[in-house]
Amino acid sequence: MALKVPRHEMPCQDAQERAHNFDEVALGYTREMAVEEAQRCLQCKNPLCRTGCPVEVLIPDFIKKVSEEDFLGAAEVLKVKNSLPAICGRVCPQENQCESKCILGIKGEPVAIGRLERFAADYEMKHGDGTVEKVQPSGKKVAIIGAGPAGLACAGDLAKAGHAVTVFEALHVAGGVLMYGIPQFRLPKEIVQREIGNLEKLGVEILTNQVVGKVTSVDELMENGYDAVFIGTGAGLPYFMGIPGENLNGVYSANEFLTRTNLMKGYKFPEYATPVKVGKKVAVLGAGNVAMDGARTALRLGAEEVSIIYRRSREEMPARKEEAEHAEEEGVQFRLLTNPVAIHGDERGWVKSMTCLRYELGEPDASGRRSPVAISGSEFEIEVDTVIVAIGQGPNPLVTKSTPGLELNKRGNIVADPETLATSKPGVFAGGDIVTGAATVILAMGAGKKAAASIDAYLKSKN
Amino acid sequence: MAPSIVLLEVEAPAVAAKAEPGQFVIVRMDEKSERIPLTVMDFNREKGTITIVIQDVGYSSALINQMEEGSAFLDFVGPLGVKTEIEKYGTVVCIGGGLGIAPVHPIARALKEAGNKVISVLGSRSADLLILEDEMRAASDEIVVATNDGSMGIQGFVTDGLAHVLNRGEKVDIIWAIGPMIMMKAVCDYTRPLGIKTIVSLNPVMVDGTGMCGACRVSVGDETKFACVDGPEFDGHLVDWELAMQRLAYFKDEENRAKARLECEGGHH
Repeated sequence: MALKVPRHEMPCQDAQERAHNFDEVALGYTREMAVEEAQRCLQCKNPLCRTGCPVEVLIPDFIKKVSEEDFLGAAEVLKVKNSLPAICGRVCPQENQCESKCILGIKGEPVAIGRLERFAADYEMKHGDGTVEKVQPSGKKVAIIGAGPAGLACAGDLAKAGHAVTVFEALHVAGGVLMYGIPQFRLPKEIVQREIGNLEKLGVEILTNQVVGKVTSVDELMENGYDAVFIGTGAGLPYFMGIPGENLNGVYSANEFLTRTNLMKGYKFPEYATPVKVGKKVAVLGAGNVAMDGARTALRLGAEEVSIIYRRSREEMPARKEEAEHAEEEGVQFRLLTNPVAIHGDERGWVKSMTCLRYELGEPDASGRRSPVAISGSEFEIEVDTVIVAIGQGPNPLVTKSTPGLELNKRGNIVADPETLATSKPGVFAGGDIVTGAATVILAMGAGKKAAASIDAYLKSKN
Repeated sequence: MAPSIVLLEVEAPAVAAKAEPGQFVIVRMDEKSERIPLTVMDFNREKGTITIVIQDVGYSSALINQMEEGSAFLDFVGPLGVKTEIEKYGTVVCIGGGLGIAPVHPIARALKEAGNKVISVLGSRSADLLILEDEMRAASDEIVVATNDGSMGIQGFVTDGLAHVLNRGEKVDIIWAIGPMIMMKAVCDYTRPLGIKTIVSLNPVMVDGTGMCGACRVSVGDETKFACVDGPEFDGHLVDWELAMQRLAYFKDEENRAKARLECEGGHH
């Protein structure tokens, strides 16, 4: 019976309309849709979906609650494993994770686990009483550096285990990439702050404006009574192409462009004082999720023509399929097998054009992706007035540089034991992008949870 | 202190405990404000305070200039950037132009404490705009003042003040120059042929101030550097000044719009 009901599509704002506003694109399931979708779940005895989830959410159990219309109960089950379900339901690439393992996906469409997670979490935010159970304090103190997905997930689990947790965040709000990177139209900032508010109710203390490496250091935290430290400082150092003209006016790193727009609310300038300037013809270099976010943001800020410029083909694009499709529906163009070699400016030093080369795909490289090869003599010019560089980020060295004895790899990432996430420094753990390099929100959360479990074990062993 | 220039002493014990000459803070006034960088003019570890000096040049600085005693910044982050390399160089000239005298002050003081002979050259448009004269006198072995209109000291620019020092045969080992970009460029153009190492403190547009966005990037010796984490001090002879000045003008239209709005509303409450 369950198989006959098709998977419910996500209701979305119309593409033409949403391309000009910052309101959330996906509107979320109605109660009826959620219940019907939940009823599609076969309630497997040995649920494979859970093996695809980096934080092992009790998927069939929460879906059962949804199907019984016990939405608050569903949220409670979600929160056993995931402190930030309203966020994960929105930004996880479920097609590669939980939903990729769903048995219904073999012959048809998998259960829309992400959409159901989002529905239950949103329902709880609206209708729940917001109370949390207090736990017996352990008497141990843990410092967490960085309030991004890894740090927040780690903080939540440690607080649930009774430890006194303080999070040190360099920016003026907690959330990391959830606040400065992922745009409002994909992840409303109010939702991020409400989920972080739930962590504070658990007893997590969040100190903003604290640049560890400058105002304090890992060693000082340990000296000042913290029993363990978790480093979750992410991959916040933007890479540039290293081509001529990259410092001209009109060239942004995606981090700068998105931080101005999201964190500083530049899209509401001048009501908010931070300006963000976008021209008529925008080129976004790169084809990951950050590039899609940059391109779609540029459209919403009033750009007339926005192109993604990528040296491989559509198949190799690292962005989530859904994000690339949304971008295309909104009018973003894809200039594939193309890469710039120089950016040119006018006499005032403002971007006016780019020289690009055409590429073809060669043999697969070590990672299995076909490597792009430039076609000699294929230079051509394109007119652009804004360039957004979204070719990746590396580890920010502020914390690692100020922490003697911390082993790093050659890219500057922290070396951590894959099982325990312990670093070369006793009592110091690390996880998320600072260890793996730029990856996804949910992988960072998974690492945060894993670290929390081993920090808990470490603290108990110290008794 | 002077027309449109105010000095603020801010209670920030954690920042004051770590601040060193050459560093800066990022401040945000309220929920809708932007983050702006301000150089640390002084710090008092016992009192737990940071002193900053700010000139009304646009929307945010105008709002900050209207702050009264007892009001607070919503966000006050620091200390940021790399501290000045203080050691015994010999004879040092510290040049401060306009508001740039404020950040040069703790550097001059630290250099003097390190045993250097410190000659400070202070420049301003006119005598009434000259700030921190007494403080600079206390932090230096000698001060030379240059005003554009000649209302005090030598008539002319800080480069004329520097020429005055060099022309009398003073052997200068190193120079610090802080002020408007155009002034720092002029000093570097003057000292480059003389081969006198000149350190400048760059003041590009910043957003986070922690190295995560590259808004503050500058070209130094043909390498791209982020002023907030690699600087703000650099060897002035290696800085691409044209580029730095172009980038500073990127948001001029928006800055003017914000300022006009402030004037329209007759201030902020």
